[in-house]
Amino acid sequence: MLIGRVVGELVSTQKHESHQGRKALLVQPLNLDGTNRGDALIAFDAVDAGVGDRVLVVTEGFSAMTAVGRPQSPIDMAVIGFVDHIDVIPGVA
Amino acid sequence: MYLGRVTGCVWATAKDPGLNGRKLLIVQPLTPDLRDTGKRVVCADCTGAGAGEIVYWLRGKEASFPFLPTEVPVDTAVVGIVDSIHFKPAEPCKPAEHAKPARKR
Repeated sequence: MLIGRVVGELVSTQKHESHQGRKALLVQPLNLDGTNRGDALIAFDAVDAGVGDRVLVVTEGFSAMTAVGRPQSPIDMAVIGFVDHIDVIPGVA
Repeated sequence: MYLGRVTGCVWATAKDPGLNGRKLLIVQPLTPDLRDTGKRVVCADCTGAGAGEIVYWLRGKEASFPFLPTEVPVDTAVVGIVDSIHFKPAEPCKPAEHAKPARKR
């Protein structure tokens, strides 16, 4: 799973039918210090997240499909939770 | 899933029978502000996307699911054509004093 920030939304009409009625979010993966990590990715929303939220993203098919509630569909990323707070223990991480 | 732009297509005559009749597109991965990033990939198509269009595509076993019940040997597929992107670049998080968690550890 990744920590990321929702930076946008995607609008699409012509798409796989299993994607209909689901919000596609642009999520920027983050490092622990809040800096950007790599390029933004597209994840379907399972928790009603919005732009600006810090979220938890799954990047594997089965978990993403289960979270979104569309089994056997071409979905490989989903937003599955909000991050409230991160504790990093000094000297361990 | 990732953003991409269709930059061309691939023709192949001798291929796995599962791929017969499937369009293979060359996709350039993009950042949300539509700059190129990374190397181009060949994707199977399930949307009818054409050259120049902004699409979203995915990688992995899930890429073969749009073609079920046919089992197609692909690992990347274009699954949607993007109409518009509402993008607000991420800013560093600076919580206000009053927004700090009240809970003490």
